[in-house]
Amino acid sequence: MTKVKTQYNRRSFLKISAAASGGMLIGFSWLTGCITDTKVEPIAVPNEWFEINGYIKIGDTGMVTIYSPNPEIGQNVKTSMPMIVAEELDVDWNNVVVEQAPLNTGFYQNQFAGGSLSIKLSWNALRMAGATGRRMLLEAAAKEWGISVSDLSASKGVIKEINGERTITYGEIASKAVGIEIPEEVELKAISDFKLIGTSVKNVDGKNIVTGKSLFGLDYQRDGMQLAMIQHPPAFGMKLKDFNEDEIKRMPGVKDAFIIDTSIDSPTWSDEKGFLQLIAIVGESTWQLTKAKRAIKANWETVSELENSEMHLANLENALKSGEANQTRRDGDPDAAFEKASKIIERTYSSPFLAHNTMEPMNFFANVTENSAELVGPTQTPEALEGSVAKLLNLPIEDITVNMTRMGGGFGRRLYVHFGLEAAAISKKIGAPVKLIYTREDDMTQGTYRPAYLSWYKAGLDENNNLIAFATKGAGLPEGAVFPDRFPAGTVDNYVAEKIDGKTNVTTGAWRAPRSHFTAGAEQSFLDEVAELAGKDPIDFRLELFDRAIKNPVGEKNDYEAERYAGVLKLVKEKSNWGEKKEGVYRGVAAYFCHSSYVAEVIDLILENGQPKVKKVWCAVDCGIVVNRDAAKNMVQGGVIDGIGHAMYSQLTFNNGSVNETNFDRYQLMRHSQAPEDIEVFFVENDIAPTGLGEPGLPPAVGALANALYQATGQRLTVQPFANNIKMEKLLG
Amino acid sequence: MPTYNLKINGEIHTVEADSDTPLLWVLRDQINLVGTKYGCGIGQCGACTVHVNGNALRSCSTLVSQLQGLDIVTIEGLSEEGDHPVQQAWLEHDVPQCGYCQSGQIMSAAALLKNNPNPSDKDIDAAMNGNICRCGTYIRIKEAIKTAAKQ
Repeated sequence: MTKVKTQYNRRSFLKISAAASGGMLIGFSWLTGCITDTKVEPIAVPNEWFEINGYIKIGDTGMVTIYSPNPEIGQNVKTSMPMIVAEELDVDWNNVVVEQAPLNTGFYQNQFAGGSLSIKLSWNALRMAGATGRRMLLEAAAKEWGISVSDLSASKGVIKEINGERTITYGEIASKAVGIEIPEEVELKAISDFKLIGTSVKNVDGKNIVTGKSLFGLDYQRDGMQLAMIQHPPAFGMKLKDFNEDEIKRMPGVKDAFIIDTSIDSPTWSDEKGFLQLIAIVGESTWQLTKAKRAIKANWETVSELENSEMHLANLENALKSGEANQTRRDGDPDAAFEKASKIIERTYSSPFLAHNTMEPMNFFANVTENSAELVGPTQTPEALEGSVAKLLNLPIEDITVNMTRMGGGFGRRLYVHFGLEAAAISKKIGAPVKLIYTREDDMTQGTYRPAYLSWYKAGLDENNNLIAFATKGAGLPEGAVFPDRFPAGTVDNYVAEKIDGKTNVTTGAWRAPRSHFTAGAEQSFLDEVAELAGKDPIDFRLELFDRAIKNPVGEKNDYEAERYAGVLKLVKEKSNWGEKKEGVYRGVAAYFCHSSYVAEVIDLILENGQPKVKKVWCAVDCGIVVNRDAAKNMVQGGVIDGIGHAMYSQLTFNNGSVNETNFDRYQLMRHSQAPEDIEVFFVENDIAPTGLGEPGLPPAVGALANALYQATGQRLTVQPFANNIKMEKLLG
Repeated sequence: MPTYNLKINGEIHTVEADSDTPLLWVLRDQINLVGTKYGCGIGQCGACTVHVNGNALRSCSTLVSQLQGLDIVTIEGLSEEGDHPVQQAWLEHDVPQCGYCQSGQIMSAAALLKNNPNPSDKDIDAAMNGNICRCGTYIRIKEAIKTAAKQ
């Protein structure tokens, strides 16, 4: 066991207890909680609950409620975060129910879903919360029996006297633990003693999902609640002047129609930069609102250039050629090294704007009164939403509450808070609770897209085929995708990385594995080509570079651990039987480190009726300790499919400032028949504190796909979406 | 506004709605059956899939006026205890990530197995291709359908 100082004091625990017990009961279905195995007899529902600390509530029957602090976007933290608490509390998972905690910045830290950070940032806090609860229950039992805590042991919710016969359950002693002083120090379990962490625990919301229970923001209901829709400008560069307000107000089912303005002072990164003046329509029927929305005739004024995709490409090309580069890293003398190189290769890679396309379109509930605001819905950044709503309504933060529903996908889209502000503005105007609903078209044309990128790479080899020079320059609309201190920095004596920012009025934002989803594809397919030029196996070539970084790294600031990077490559090499040739099967490999986790992937691709299809994928992952094994595999599998699907099929194009792909008839997302048949996931087993998995599985899939496509087609695909750029005539002969 | 008698999950519901109202919004706004999801409104994503006389249908593109006398089943009515073989297989394989598209996926899968108890991979692809999952749970969905087929 490790003894650690707790970060809590009694005051902060009580503060959260009050908030949690009076807090939200959205989709309050804890009775079906964590017991997904129908053979397990559920524990009796308690008559009384006892708040042990802000994370834990224990019932008189021994049922335990654990509050999950972070937003759930499908990354499964609503299961894995409480697992960590339950491990240290030492309770039977079958007796645990999970509730989503409300936003409480005074107690929980980092109530945020982004950057694959939930588990990484809360690992210690969650362990301490469980260990603190366990210690308090032990102290209560010791006091009850007049003995010392050291005379007791606890396991699976039962406290035992070590040298005696007496036992007492957590449920029986919970009432007495409430008065116990919060310990200043607690002991954490040794990692080797974990019983729950590292196993496979089913999604706590699984039963509710498969039976269609109300869980998501769009499902949220409140008595007296109105529905609302918005209309934003039809193009980036346009602004609302006026609309046929009287006509819309007279339409069946429309209660009100007006213009809202969601501009606020000192906006932050999570606030809307594009469409701030919107038409809002309020009513009680979604369908009637949809029809009224279609009848809107608005006057829009053009306030900046109406861009199109050809312009975007030209802007990127110009930026790369003549844009002002921020020289972000330079090792050695790249110019001189290229001068004396025996072989030189250069390539340019690009990817288009993309929409997030969470399956649940943007929505939010707001109930604004004169001196308070209540917000309920799907947000990855409840704290940022609270801050921006406070500015919009000119209310103190304390008078705003934010509760989180389960989210029908996030992928970065719900890091932005405009839809919450829009709901608040509408609720304030009508003086009633309201749920704002975006149509799919609103969602896909609103902006906040994955930026468009164009990056150039150049490598030089000496006469012995050693990599002696490497250069990259990346332009983006609006920001280039370059990570100057990532691999292969540190492995090449002469290295330069530059980033160039381009100009666009299209609004952009974080999209699952921001920038990494592009750089991994570009860099890893470029290195595949460099390896080929050097006459080396692509895995051996990378391992040679890591060997250099381990023994004699270039520079001091390299953003990766070369041993762990090489570790996942070696593991995927072994598991995939790399080197084995199979008739009609084409293989590609890639490895990438981002969001603190290492992932290497091998893709097997076949040609089916002349069309490339990914058959199987092997993934080797180092994310430290694996908390929930099967769920972690699910996350990596999803990342791979997401990566392959977007690189292969998806794009968002523009004409006169408007998006051409407005719904799933034109915007292509990967479908069942295009998905790989199998994705195997292997973890590097170690005792390193866990890092996240929401993003790291995606980026290497893009590179491995490009490399497998090359083996199958003889074509190096550098322009996404790949499916649009494969020359089929060559394939079909 | 016209009145319609709809048989949903074995019960008759009388609703007032414009004749062009999609079944999806009758279910969600008027009968409070929110398990059927809105995803695209144009029959392209499958999140709104229900059964009408045993066949999978997109409720966003099916009008309330077309459904009198037909037998409508939503995810809430697929089984009494949430224990339809497809639902059980979904839990066994721990399929959902965000979960939003899954009721539509389950309804499509249940209709497939009713009409074709032993589907091949190609049959599964053909029946499920109209259901999008942005989280990428396709492999588990296919495994779960195969498990359910064995029941």
